[in-house]
Amino acid sequence: MKKLSARRRHPLAAVVVLLLALLFSGGLYAVFAPTSKAEADETAQSLTIEEGKKLYSVGCASCHGTGGQGTSDGPSLVGVGAAAVDFQVGTGRMPAATSQGPQVPKKKNIYSQAEIDQLAAYIASLGAGPAVPTEEQYGPEGADIAKGGELFRTNCAQCHNFTGKGGALTHGKYAPTLEGVDPKHIYEAMQTGPQNMPSFPDTTLSEKNKKDIIAYLDAVNSSKSESPGGLELGGLGPVSEGLFGWIFGLGGLIAVAVWVAARTAKAKKS
Amino acid sequence: MSSQDIPEENLPAEQSAGHDEHGHGAVSPADDKHPFVDPGLPPHEPRIQDIDERAAKRSERSVALLFTVSMLATVAFIASFVAIPVDKSVFIFPLGRISALNFALGLTLGIALFCIGAGAVHWARTLMSDVEIADERHPIEAEPEVREKVFADFKQGAKESAIGRRKLIRNTMFGALTLVPLSGVVLLRDLGPLPEDKLRHTLWSKGKLLVNMNTNEPLRPADVAVGSLTFAKPEGLEEHDHDFQNEIAKAALMIVRIQPENIKDKRELEWSHQGIVAYSKICTHVGCPISLYEQQTHHVLCPCHQSTFDLSDGARVIFGPAGHALPQLRIGVNEEGYLEALSDFEEPVGPAFWERG
Repeated sequence: MKKLSARRRHPLAAVVVLLLALLFSGGLYAVFAPTSKAEADETAQSLTIEEGKKLYSVGCASCHGTGGQGTSDGPSLVGVGAAAVDFQVGTGRMPAATSQGPQVPKKKNIYSQAEIDQLAAYIASLGAGPAVPTEEQYGPEGADIAKGGELFRTNCAQCHNFTGKGGALTHGKYAPTLEGVDPKHIYEAMQTGPQNMPSFPDTTLSEKNKKDIIAYLDAVNSSKSESPGGLELGGLGPVSEGLFGWIFGLGGLIAVAVWVAARTAKAKKS
Repeated sequence: MSSQDIPEENLPAEQSAGHDEHGHGAVSPADDKHPFVDPGLPPHEPRIQDIDERAAKRSERSVALLFTVSMLATVAFIASFVAIPVDKSVFIFPLGRISALNFALGLTLGIALFCIGAGAVHWARTLMSDVEIADERHPIEAEPEVREKVFADFKQGAKESAIGRRKLIRNTMFGALTLVPLSGVVLLRDLGPLPEDKLRHTLWSKGKLLVNMNTNEPLRPADVAVGSLTFAKPEGLEEHDHDFQNEIAKAALMIVRIQPENIKDKRELEWSHQGIVAYSKICTHVGCPISLYEQQTHHVLCPCHQSTFDLSDGARVIFGPAGHALPQLRIGVNEEGYLEALSDFEEPVGPAFWERG
């Protein structure tokens, strides 16, 4: 300390003090800067929610109620989470044309992804629920396709068929085909259980499990997937295969039998 | 073949000279017994191959060509079996991306077999004789003399054997013949072990934890959300166990959570844990795995015969051929907070059987 005070009149002392002061103020800035950025984020977030609320009152409130509390025409959206909104609106199922009928079908999506995000942010603000998954969660990297197949057959194949071609349920309801469905939407459907589909939350079907299932579907049910057995006949199993066998198999046999027993060409016409 | 080959007595009496040598043309005029004229066979028309040797040669060549194609296809079958790797896939227009080996083997074997058949049929149709022949049916009954002789022989045999007189021999013979099939009946017992009470019990018992089939971890009540569907197996049963399939076929469990106020059946609510209900996954009709669960209606549909069960009302059958409700497993929570079974299923799972009662 004595050394330091002895040098306080050194010609470079002022420079050192200046440097220290600069460091201090820079440090202060570094400490406070992130908080101000977070504040900016919060404002952006509340703006998004505001926008989402506006979209909601136009497109959704007539069935789901002005505050998302639900009416006789549509269920409450409190706590369904951003993932449910991203799935329902992103696949065009919502807004539904009517709440009548056995099931709301997939149709052309009329919202942009930005608008869907705003709606999702608004619904998420009503109550905690599953968030929209990231590319890292549903992407094919690091997924175990074989395990995914096992999980798919245990949990999904009873309704969606062995390679996800879909199938019939009761009273006009059906499990849709999973061919060409965005992996993000498959992930969200598992997490939120849209319509009559049961949900498979992370507590019973882990994130890794979901990733594996999506990778399996990509392997067996996409444009690049192979079908070593040949003609799939829709991949629906015994119904279409049986029909094909009866019509073309038996039909071919009958045609051959007719040819075997047909009159041969005669030398002179009678 | 001509009418000379047909035995004389089988030809209609009216058929005689005046008709062509193959017996074509009207064979009997109308009379009191047969009011309609039997027109007989139409006149035989020769084929081109019958009168034109060059056409016959052409047919011969076609048949030989079909057989040759079949030979080549067989060679191609063997060649593709040797040459094409198992995992090679090719794109073929209406079929999509398929296994090259499967396609080549199926196509070549199909051609080889089809060409043998087609060659044989073409040969028969164009080159073998196609002259129509008439062959009358014989009466089924034997001649009276023959019948008489057979009956007489039988009577004499019975008399000589003295089967009517020596009753001891007759009765012991009947006894021996009656008992012999019993050996076969007794052997049926060796077809397998008796089922004993295997159908009445599963691996579930008091204190067995409910293990999630996906993660292989025991389930906690908080893991099971309303509207979710989870499959569970009893603690201690592992997939590599040699009797895994036999045991899971009875013990498979589906777990759903229903808001307690939506559960209509009193016993179901009692046997649940905060609305978490565990039901057998085996259909009570013929034992298909049944888990097409609709979370809004709480209906479970069996994919085999469309039996439908209402999980919010004691899994009662609301549609289809199933005979009784799905058995429910009584569950609770142990001290560590995991879901556990409180007993085995109260009734046998799966389809009904004779002694089920």
